Amino acid sequence: MTPNSAAQPDAAAAAPGVVVNDFTLSVATVNGTGSQTANATLIRAIIRMGVPASGKNIFPSNIQGLPTWYLIRVCQDGWIVPRENADVLICLNRETARDDVMKCAPGAWVIYDAPFKLDMLRDDVHYFPVPFATLVRDVAPPKLWKLVTNMLYVGVAAELLGIEMAAIDAALAKAFGSKPKAYEINVKAVQVGRDHARESFTRPADGYRVEQRDLIGDKILLDGNSAVGLGAVMAGVSVVPWYPITPSTSAIEATEAYLEQFRRDADGTATFAVLQAEDELAAIGMVLGAGWAGARAMTATSGPGISLMSEFIGLSYYAEIPAVIINVQRVGPSTGLPTRTMQCDILCCAYNSHGDTKHPLLLPASPGECYEMTMDAFDLAERFQTAIFLLSDVDLGMNNWLSDPFAYPDRPLDRGKVLDAEKLQAIGVKEWGRYKDVDGDGIPWRTLPGVELDGAAYFTRGSGHNEYARYTESSTAYEANVERLLRKFETLRGEVPVPHRDDTDGGSPVGIIAFGTSHWSLVEARDILAKEHGVTFDYLRLRAFPFSDAVEAFVQEHERVYVVEQNRDGQMLALMRHELPQVAAKLRGLRYYDGMPIHARHIMNDVISNERVA
Amino acid sequence: MPPPPPSPKLPSGASKGPPLNHIGLPQTEYRGGKSTLCAGCGHDAITAAITRALWENAANPYRIAKMSGIGCSSKTTAYFLSKSWGFNAVHGRMPSVTTGAMLANHTLNAVGISGDGDSASIGIGQLVHVIRRNLPMTYVVNNNGVYGLTKGQFSATADRGSKSKKGELNEFEPIDLCGLALELGCTFVARGYSADRKQLIPILRAAMHHRGTAIVDVLSPCVTFNNHAGSTKSYDWGKSNEEPLHEVGYVNPWDLDEVDYEAGSGIEVTLPDGGVLHLAKLGSDHDPRDLEGAKDLLSQAKAKHKFLTGILYIDEHRPNLIEGLRMCDEPVGTLPQSVLRPGREALEAVMESFR
Repeated sequence: MTPNSAAQPDAAAAAPGVVVNDFTLSVATVNGTGSQTANATLIRAIIRMGVPASGKNIFPSNIQGLPTWYLIRVCQDGWIVPRENADVLICLNRETARDDVMKCAPGAWVIYDAPFKLDMLRDDVHYFPVPFATLVRDVAPPKLWKLVTNMLYVGVAAELLGIEMAAIDAALAKAFGSKPKAYEINVKAVQVGRDHARESFTRPADGYRVEQRDLIGDKILLDGNSAVGLGAVMAGVSVVPWYPITPSTSAIEATEAYLEQFRRDADGTATFAVLQAEDELAAIGMVLGAGWAGARAMTATSGPGISLMSEFIGLSYYAEIPAVIINVQRVGPSTGLPTRTMQCDILCCAYNSHGDTKHPLLLPASPGECYEMTMDAFDLAERFQTAIFLLSDVDLGMNNWLSDPFAYPDRPLDRGKVLDAEKLQAIGVKEWGRYKDVDGDGIPWRTLPGVELDGAAYFTRGSGHNEYARYTESSTAYEANVERLLRKFETLRGEVPVPHRDDTDGGSPVGIIAFGTSHWSLVEARDILAKEHGVTFDYLRLRAFPFSDAVEAFVQEHERVYVVEQNRDGQMLALMRHELPQVAAKLRGLRYYDGMPIHARHIMNDVISNERVA
Repeated sequence: MPPPPPSPKLPSGASKGPPLNHIGLPQTEYRGGKSTLCAGCGHDAITAAITRALWENAANPYRIAKMSGIGCSSKTTAYFLSKSWGFNAVHGRMPSVTTGAMLANHTLNAVGISGDGDSASIGIGQLVHVIRRNLPMTYVVNNNGVYGLTKGQFSATADRGSKSKKGELNEFEPIDLCGLALELGCTFVARGYSADRKQLIPILRAAMHHRGTAIVDVLSPCVTFNNHAGSTKSYDWGKSNEEPLHEVGYVNPWDLDEVDYEAGSGIEVTLPDGGVLHLAKLGSDHDPRDLEGAKDLLSQAKAKHKFLTGILYIDEHRPNLIEGLRMCDEPVGTLPQSVLRPGREALEAVMESFR
C-alpha cells in the first residue's frame, strides 16, 4: 500500500511556474446546500482524467446552516492528505470567507461569490469573482437555484484548471444517469460556469493545471464504511443489530444494502436480520446472543457507543462469545466533535470493561484494509470466541479514497472450534468441557444451542465458572481460567494481521511507527524529509493489537522510535510501553489532536525538531 | 427443520415406571440443578411450575434456550432443564441477548426468566422494546417487589404505602408490568401467583406456545425480605387478595380428541402449534382478546387492591419479529458458506459501482 511511486513525468509543455496535477482545492460552503454532488463531480472528473485525487469532507454536526469544507487533494505522486493551506479556494460561505482567504497558500486562486468583495483582503492571491446569483437565472427555475449554484462553481473551476468537459460529463452521467432532466440542467450549469470563466477571466501564467495522465487504471473510489459493509457481507454476516451514531451509521447502511442485494430471495425471504436496536447496550447484547447461538454478528458504533457497550464486552471476553465491533472513531471525550477524526479509543477498546480484560484491535489504514480486516475480524471472532474491534475513524470511514479493486476472498470462512453431535460423541461427551484447553492454545471447544445430544448443553454465565462451565467461586478455578484466557491471547498474537515494515536503504538508527489513517501523512512526511532534508527513517505500520513479535523486534533494532498518532495522551504509545516493557524506554510520542487529518509537514517539522535535523 | 422427537408416546399403563409425556420422557428429564435459594422462596415454586409445564407440553429439551439476567430470579434457569442451553447474561439485558439468539436460530424456544429489579428498573428499556418487536419468547417475571441479593431494598414494583422489612414506607408509585405490557400492545399478558400452581402451569404452557412475546408476571414472595405484615407481595397478601379471572386449561394438539369442553363453557383460543387454550368463566366476563377491556379490568383491580390472576390479553394474529423480518426457515447461524458468501460476480458488480 504505497502511493504511485513512478508518477509520469510532467508534460514537457508545462510552462515555468505552472503546477501540474499537484494542488489542494478547498470548497467552503454552508451545510445543507447540496454541494456534495458538485464536489463528487469535481473529484470524479479529475480521476476520469487519469489523475489521482481524494476528498475529505470537513462537516459540522448539524443538518443545515453551519460551515462545511470539502478538501480535494490532487496529486499525481499519490499523496492523499490535503495540505494545510489551499491552493485553490472556492468560497461560497460569507461567514468563513475572510478566514478562508487568509489561510490560502500564497499565489492561490480564489473563486468566490462576487458580492462577498474579498479582493481587498490580500494581494498575493488571484481573485475570480463570480456573480452566481445572476448566472443561475439562465440555468434553472428558482427552486433549484441553490443546488445549481454548486454546479456553476464546478464549471468555473473546471475551466480554470483545465478539467475536460468529457470528464465532467462522465461524472455527471454517473450521478444523474437515471434522471435525464436533472442531468441536462447540471450539464447546462457546468457549461454556463465554464463560459463565464472563459469570457471573464484570464488564467494566470503561473498556477494550477489538471493534465491527462494514466495513473488510475481500474481503481475504485469509495469510503471506508462502504468497504466495511462489503467485507462484512463477504464474510457472511447474518445478524446486524445497531444503533445510529455518526460516523458509523453508513457502515451499517452499506452492510444492509449489500445484504438486501445478495441475501434476499426473489420471494422476499432473507437469510439475514438487520435490526435497529433501542440503544448500544441492546445492540451489543443482540450481537452476543446471536454469536452464542452460532451466527456471524456485527455492530458498528463510535466512542460513546463503546462506552455503553462496556459491560457486555467484558461478558464476551469472559464467557467467550464471538462478536465483531466496528468502531469508527470520532473526537471525544463525551459528545466531543462528532464529525471530526481522531484515533482516540485505543486504550478504551484494548482494555475495555471492568476486571482484567484484553481485546484484539484491527487497525485498517485504507478502504482495502477495511474490507479485508472486517473479513478477518469475523474469522478471528469465531476462532477465538471473543470480541474483535476494528478501529476505523471519521477520515477513513466517511471520506472518499482511491483504492485498488478488492480481491475475492481466497480462503473459506473459519467458523472456529464448534462441536456438533457427531464430533462430540467421537471425543466422548464426558470428556468435553466448554472451557477446557485441550489443544494447548487456550481456545476451548463450544457447542451451539440445539444439538440433540445429552451432555451437549452448557450454561453460559458471566459469573465464576470452571472448565465444565459450572458455577464456582473457587480461587484455583478462577486463576486457571483467566490464565488460559491469557494463553488464548498469546495464540492470537500470532494470528492477527502482521505489521508492515519499510526500512530505508542501509537502515536508520531512528524508527517511526504509525497506524491507521496517520499512515498517509507519515509516508508523505517521510518523502519530504528525504527530498528536502536528505534524511530517512525506518518505518513500521502497526496493523493490529496484540503486537506481533515483529513490533518488538523493530523497536529493539532502533535507538529510538517515534509513535505517531492522533490523540492527546499518546494512547498507542502507552499501550506499547505497557505491553512491551522491555523496549518501553526507546519509545517517544508524536501526537496530533485537532480533529483534522494530520498535515504531513507537521509530522516533518516535529521530527526535524526532535532529531535536530539541519 | 427440527428433527423428529426422540421417541413416540408410550401407551399409558404400558410400564410401571414414572409417567412419560408425549415424547416418552419422564418429568425428571426436565429437571435442573439444585436450587440455592432460601427455603420457601416463591421462585422455586415457579421453577417447579415451569418444569411441569415443559414436561406437559412435551417440549424438546434440546431446543429450549433458558435466558436470564442477574438477580435471585435469574439464577433459576440453572434449576430446570439441565439438558438445554442456559445464558445468564448481564443485569437487565436478557431481552437483547434473547433477541440475538432467536435471530440466529429461531427454531429455539426461548424461555426468559427475569425479576422485578431486572425488568422494572435496570432493564425496563429492554423489556419495553422486546414487547414492541413481538419477539417469540416466554418472558417470566418472578416478581417479589424487593431486591433480594442485595438484602431488601424496594423494587420498582413495590406498592406505594407498602412497608419494607425494616419498617420503611415506600413513597413511590409501583410499575405494573402487566399494565405496561398492555399499553405497549404486548400480544400475551398474564399474571400468576407462585402459590397457585394449578393456574400457573397452564398459563406457562400457553405462553410457551404463543406466537410472539408472552409476558407472565408472577407474584413470587421473598420469604427473607418481603413476607411480613405491611408487604403487598407476601404469601398472606397473595392468599387473601388473589382473584382468578378464569380457570385456565391448555390442551396439546395430540390430546384434542380426548378432551371435550362443554360448549359455551369458556373461551377457546387456538395457538400456533394447534393446541387450544381454554378459559373457563369464573367471576368476570372478560374476553382476553379485548385489549381495552383488559386495561379497564386491570385499572379497576388496582383501585380495589385486588390481585387479578389469569390471562389478561392474547392476540395470536400479529406477526412476530422473525415473521416480520421474513427470515428463512433454517437458522441463519448454521447456513453454509455457499449461502453466506456472495459469489465473484457479486463483488465485481460492487467494484464497478465505485468506478
